[in-house]
Amino acid sequence: MESLSFSFDGGRTPAPFAPTLVGVVASGNLEVLVEPSADTGCRIAVDTSARGFGPVWEAVLRDFHERHGLAGIAIAIHDMGATPAVVSLRLDQAIAAIEGDA
Amino acid sequence: MFTSFAEMSARERLASLVDPGSFQEWLPPSERVMSPHLAQLGVPAAFDDGVAIGRAALAGRRVFVAAQEGGFMGGGVGEVHGAKLVGLLRRALRDRPDAVVVLAESGGVRLHEANAGLIAVSEVMRALLDVRAAGIATVMLIGGANGCFGGMGIVARCADTVVMSDIARHAMSGPEVIESAHGAGEFDSRDRALVWRTTGGKHRWLCGDCDVLVDDDAAAFRAAAVAALDAHRPMTLAALQQESALLQARADVDGDNADAFELWSRLGVVEPGTVPDLDADTLRPRRPAAVAALAQGAA
Repeated sequence: MESLSFSFDGGRTPAPFAPTLVGVVASGNLEVLVEPSADTGCRIAVDTSARGFGPVWEAVLRDFHERHGLAGIAIAIHDMGATPAVVSLRLDQAIAAIEGDA
Repeated sequence: MFTSFAEMSARERLASLVDPGSFQEWLPPSERVMSPHLAQLGVPAAFDDGVAIGRAALAGRRVFVAAQEGGFMGGGVGEVHGAKLVGLLRRALRDRPDAVVVLAESGGVRLHEANAGLIAVSEVMRALLDVRAAGIATVMLIGGANGCFGGMGIVARCADTVVMSDIARHAMSGPEVIESAHGAGEFDSRDRALVWRTTGGKHRWLCGDCDVLVDDDAAAFRAAAVAALDAHRPMTLAALQQESALLQARADVDGDNADAFELWSRLGVVEPGTVPDLDADTLRPRRPAAVAALAQGAA
């Protein structure tokens, strides 16, 4: 297992939302927990079963931040070997869930 | 609309089962009550340790619910996972809801946490029997793609009512386990037709191990759960003797460990060869009379 953490600056703060979970820690899948945070940026912590994919995570998460530009949120991910496309879809699903919540 | 129960995640099943918006979770993912063992083994944990527990309304009635996630570690019961189930059941003894409904999907004890998991499963059995003995309806819904095996297979049979879909499976040892121990000649785990007619919902229902057979449909599971809210099977000596008689009758006709087709025939099922192709409604009238008579206490 490898633990990675990322932080992206700037962006808009979403309307107040409750902690939200999407996905499952299953083979080729991941769970994403999104919570409000006092930080100004977007913090993302990743636990992944696959070692050595730090640069890929960095690229996928940077792309996510550029697409949504959210601040004041903390995201925690438990990954069991999901592909980059699945990770992006789960993150989009999580954001759709909290925006629908507001 | 037809919605496959087996294809859903545990949380999706919960949401489809109870009255909309009524589920109130205890120890939700944001509390991060996770397995202390998996990180030491270098395995990612799950925020809910693979089970969601809480209270909800079902057709307006007050129920406690639990849903196991088969995708995470095969639904295996670890220390925290088991403690959540036990906590839910003990709270049911105190708060007395109308029923406790468990959406079971599990391979049994989580092998990464073997001893803690084994103890947890035995505690779940004891707590479930306590709840049932207190006159609170206990309902097991088995509809996940991973089935219900091992210790959770035993837990399921401790409940008042067991509901299964035709594609759900329920047993003690799983097909791969039996093949590993006794060889493919004893049980070929890759023969899916054999696996389903030996552990599947139709077989369990025809034999009386399962009380209610439904199609793999979320609405059917909800209807069956609502119907089971008042199905109590008190653990009296007479009831246990009745169940023992059912098991003895099955052992008597199946002395040579016949294939399921042959067993169904001996139990009095008409045209057993067509059973795998039938939906639940069509199969329902073909249940052996002896099994139906003994099982009529529940639903």
